[in-house]
This record gives sequence, structure tokens and C-alpha cells, in this order.
Amino acid sequence: MEFIQLFIDSLPRLLQGLGNTIVLTALAVALGIIVGLAVALAKAYAKGPLRILASAYSALFRGTPLLTQLFIVYFGLSSIGIVLSPFTAAILAIGLNSAAFQAEYFLGSILAIQPGQITGAIALGMGRLKTIRCIVIPQVIRLVIPSWSNELICLLKYSSLAYLIQFPELLFQTRLMASKNFRMFEMFIIAGVLYLSVVLIVSHFLRKLEKRLRIPGLGTESTF
Amino acid sequence: MEPLLKVENIEKTYDGKKVLNGISFEMEKGNTKVIIGPSGTGKSTLLRCVNRLSEPEMGKVILDGQVVLDKTVEKEPRIDLNAIRSQVGMVFQNFNLFTHLSVLGNVTLGLTQVKGMKRKDAVERAMIEIDRVGLADKKDAYPALLSGGQQQRVSIARALAMDPKVILFDEPTSALDPELIGEVLQVMIKLAKEGMTMLCVTHEIGFARSVADEIIFLDEGKVLAHEPPEQLFSNNSSARIRTFLKKISELYGGE
Repeated sequence: MEFIQLFIDSLPRLLQGLGNTIVLTALAVALGIIVGLAVALAKAYAKGPLRILASAYSALFRGTPLLTQLFIVYFGLSSIGIVLSPFTAAILAIGLNSAAFQAEYFLGSILAIQPGQITGAIALGMGRLKTIRCIVIPQVIRLVIPSWSNELICLLKYSSLAYLIQFPELLFQTRLMASKNFRMFEMFIIAGVLYLSVVLIVSHFLRKLEKRLRIPGLGTESTF
Repeated sequence: MEPLLKVENIEKTYDGKKVLNGISFEMEKGNTKVIIGPSGTGKSTLLRCVNRLSEPEMGKVILDGQVVLDKTVEKEPRIDLNAIRSQVGMVFQNFNLFTHLSVLGNVTLGLTQVKGMKRKDAVERAMIEIDRVGLADKKDAYPALLSGGQQQRVSIARALAMDPKVILFDEPTSALDPELIGEVLQVMIKLAKEGMTMLCVTHEIGFARSVADEIIFLDEGKVLAHEPPEQLFSNNSSARIRTFLKKISELYGGE
């Protein structure tokens, strides 16, 4: 009973934190999609410097810890006069980091499209950009959802790192309240339950989206 | 009269091997030409050079007065390749349909994206061609649920809808089950009779014999013969051609 009372009392504050977590994740994911798709397309189709640039981006952002990147963007940049708010810094660092991972998922899907379809579109006179827009991207979206869901879930959880640059997301609020009421154990369990609930809800909707976009006769029907 | 399609002295090398060694031919409007020859002699490559899906090192292609390719000059003039390709239909061995689009979506895409037609007009235009290949009742079906023969008919409709000046057929029946070949050939025969200009790479000797105005026999990157079927199939042909025709007739039963 007492636990439930604690839960109810702390909920408004925690939900505020959760709201910040969700907004941060959503914006970082959006940034990650845009940059990640560009990196993937460059890796798949570009030649020369653009391709090298894309590979270097992937290597750099996948090869260093997210927390290091977050500190460079927040503390590092401020020391050379570029002062970002914790919110902006978190979106930038988490979004750009996620882009490198999303690019790999996108690239896998791009390479899974039968090359004949690209030839078919080019032969119609569609040119490279229209082919990418009308043929490649719609198919990539469908192919990528299952693996991409994983990235979204990771990001929701990794967004808690923003706590370390004082962004008032869920974990920050939890810690703040726990340090006042000294109910560390219960408070962090509540935070965990909130994270889990959002992950389950998000997964559910992504599965629905995947089903909705599925093309009859195509895709991952299991015969095993 | 100027020919509709003029192909001059095409040369193409793959991995140091010359697959096309100075190919030239012309096509009049409404003509059907069939390219035959042993495998690996560059038939498909030649076809792909016409709309520059393959890039030859030498040669010249003129379509209806427009320069498609000109390697005879130092600096090629600016060519709007997309505009040219939109006038050249292409039907592939493996259909190459867009798997995420319905039959109607496949046929309208080029109309809306390349020709800039309004959605409503594009659908109207597409339906005429879908009907022409006998698939009006399948317009909302997705390619993966169609038979090979149906898919190939959709791809013919996709080419037709663009109002092409010429259609290139790249072994359109080679990937089909034997019982599905007939429905595709029927559509092609109908098109030929209706005056479509068609350049076909195929092993269907029966089709070549009955529909082609002329047959180009390609061997080792060279035109070995370029003549009407009656002549090619007569006994005056070279031994090389007769051996090939005999072999292919046994395989495909071209009488």
C-alpha cells in the first residue's frame, strides 16, 4: 500500500521526466534517420570522396563511446565558445551517434533490393534521384522496420545518458526525488517500470506498422 | 526515309574481351527485328547499348533524329539521357517489376514521375495498356502474387504506357515456365502486327520466323547475317548458322 502511495505521489514528477525522455528520443531518432539514410545511400551508391566521408563517419561514431561523444558536444564545444543547452547537446550527440548505427541497418536493406528494379527504373528514364525516392526508399522502409525497431528501443534507453549533462529526463527526475525521500530502491524500480512500459508500447506499434506496410506475397513469412 | 533507329559501329569490351566488335544496323518505324545467336555473343549487351544501360567504347546511336550516343567525336554533345530512355521501352528477362507497387502502380509510375502526367490521366492511360495485355482484373495485385507470364505482361504494359518509339525485349520468355511462354509471345505478336517497332533478343525461333521482318545473327561480337527469316532459314545460310538453328530448333521446337 505504501509503495502504491509512493508511486502515485511521485508520478507527476516522473511523468514530466518521461515526457522529456520521449521528446529527446523522438528528435534524436529523427535526426538519426535523416543523417543515417544519407550515410547509407552514400555508402551504397556514391563514389569517391562522398563514399569515404560516409565510411569515416560510421567508423568514428560507432567506434567511440556515446558518453564520450555527448561530453565532447556539451563540455568540449562550450570550452571553445559554442555553448549548447543540455537538450540541444543531447539531441545532437545521441542523434548523430544513432545515425551511424541506423546507416548500417539502412545499408543492409538497400543492398537487399533486387538490382533489376533499379535497372527497370533507370530504363524508364527516372534518373538516380527519382529512383532512390520512388523505388529504393519505400522498399527500404519496409525491409528495415524489424531491425530498426531495435535501434529505437536502444535509443530510448540510452537517452538516460543525458542525465549526466543535467538534462531533466526520467532518470534525472528519479534520482532527484530519491535523494529527497531516500527511497532509492523503490524509486529506481518505478523508473525501470516506466521505461519498460514505453518500450512495450513502442514495440507493439512498430509491429503493427510493419504488418500494415507489408506487401502481399513479399516478406518474411516463416516456413520454418 | 530516315530510319527510326540507327546503330553504327558499336564496340564494347568486357574484361579485355571484345563482346561487340563493330555492330551496325538500322530499323524502320514499325519494324520487328530479332537478334539471335549463341550465348555469350553480346546480344543482351547490344540491346543495352541502345539505351545506354551499357556504355560502349565506340559507336553511334541515333533515335528518331536524336543523338543517343556518339563516341565518334572528341566531345559528346549534351544528351538528356532520361528523356531518351523514356522513349525507349525495355522488357527484361526477369521482369524487373517494382515489388512494392501494384500492377497499376508499376504502370503509372513512369507516367507520373517521368512524363509528369496527372494521377488521374496516368491511371486512365495505364488501364488501356493493362487491358491490352489482358490483366485488367489484376490491376490491384502485387507482382509477387502473379505468375511469371502475368508479370512479364505487366512489364510490357509498363513499357507500352510510355508511348515508346521502340521497345527492346531482352529474352522476355527465357525465365518463364514453358506453359507460360505462349501468353507473352501472343502479346508480342499482337504488338508487332499493330505496328510497334520492336527489337527482340530471343531464342523463340517460331516467333522470329513468323513475326520478324529481319533477323540479325550475332556471333562472337559480329553480325554474321542480317536478313529476312525466309532467307536465313533457307539452305543458303552458312554452316555456322545452320548448325545453331538446328540446335535451337531441337531445344525450343521451332518446327
